[in-house]
Amino acid sequence: MIRTALLVAGKDLRIELRSRVLLWQVVPFGVMALLLSGLALGPANAGHSSAGPGLFYLVVLLVALLMINRSQAVESTPGTRSSVATLGLDPAGVFLGKALALATELWLTGLVLLAGAVLFLHTALHGALVALPSIVVTLAALAAAGTLYGALTAGGGGAATLLPVLALPAFAPLLIAGERSFSAALGGGALWEWWVIIAVALAAYLAIGILLYGVLEES
Amino acid sequence: MANDSPLVVQLRDAVVLAGGFPLLSGVTLELHAGSLTVVTGANGAGKTSLLRLLAGLVALSSGSATVAGVDLGTGDPRLLRRRVGWLGHEGSFYDDLTVRENLVFAARALERPTGEIESVVAHVGLAGRIDTPTKQLSAGQRRRLGLGWLLLRRPQLWLLDEPYASLDDEGRGFFDALLGDVVAGGATVVVSAHDPLRSASLRPRTLHLAGGRIVGDAS
Repeated sequence: MIRTALLVAGKDLRIELRSRVLLWQVVPFGVMALLLSGLALGPANAGHSSAGPGLFYLVVLLVALLMINRSQAVESTPGTRSSVATLGLDPAGVFLGKALALATELWLTGLVLLAGAVLFLHTALHGALVALPSIVVTLAALAAAGTLYGALTAGGGGAATLLPVLALPAFAPLLIAGERSFSAALGGGALWEWWVIIAVALAAYLAIGILLYGVLEES
Repeated sequence: MANDSPLVVQLRDAVVLAGGFPLLSGVTLELHAGSLTVVTGANGAGKTSLLRLLAGLVALSSGSATVAGVDLGTGDPRLLRRRVGWLGHEGSFYDDLTVRENLVFAARALERPTGEIESVVAHVGLAGRIDTPTKQLSAGQRRRLGLGWLLLRRPQLWLLDEPYASLDDEGRGFFDALLGDVVAGGATVVVSAHDPLRSASLRPRTLHLAGGRIVGDAS
């Protein structure tokens, strides 16, 4: 399972590195969304607003949806799907590999967006650094849930529009916990209770994915 | 001579339904190791569905089927998929990966040595394109890469879905020669095509499908 996961993750990351979709399309979109958020708050309010963590996670949600669709699209050409299916890869390994690749992409994008939040939303740098570990875990949980929901909607004609509708209820607790954790880091409050929620969600989505990804692929 | 060889495909009244619509409506068929079979028929006759059933990519709705030693009713379709090779007419690879990267992925997925890749690529005439992204290959070159993918895998059963589409005379000749070698080596090959094979070197069995049934069988 681990061998398959590393193989699939390496393949997905290599495809992303070669296509540069993340670098030239997704990251600029996220940075522009943060910039617009900063402009909407206005220069006088940006530094004092408590909206920074929420806006950060709103933009993370938008870029995550793009990246999940992209992650599934590379598998969805009918010929590719059939010929890769005949490799008989362990579905649990495929799930972990795709989730790992998506998490890596989200971590890299998250770093850029965090810098953007400091720059455009005047989020305190020290608070952002304190929040970094919780952001890493939240993005990993988003990647696991996103890989599951991406597989659920892949192949359908309306995959791009169906994914947000189906995935948002699953993402909402993660986004809320992530935002609360980020806010607590900025305000010097306790972080651990939000960490527990995110860590449990990550473990739950990984377990569900390992158990059910094969069923989703077959369906 | 081929009829003395073991049976690789054994279908009895095989029915495949999709949304209640019969893709195959009672196919009975036996194929031996070391045989070449061409399945012809109009669009929608069931050619691709038959190949997909043999690959374990669609479920058997009724009847019985044993392919490469795996019972399609009770066996593990993933076990079957590792024993068959699929070449679709849509293109069967990751477009952003190079020829070498696609073959390395397939070899590692099947735990095969990657040392054979260069000789396989040379054998299918792509030595000069080994580090070219697959999306930059012509249709004929992609078909050659597909053959390389299958040569590397050495499956028991080769399933080629309209492999002659958009090939020039040289490409068809190359394909015929390679299929002749593969069959002589003991593999079973099933090819779908709109028309009977016009090959000077190959003498395949030709099945004609219409309405999801075999309506003609010529050796």
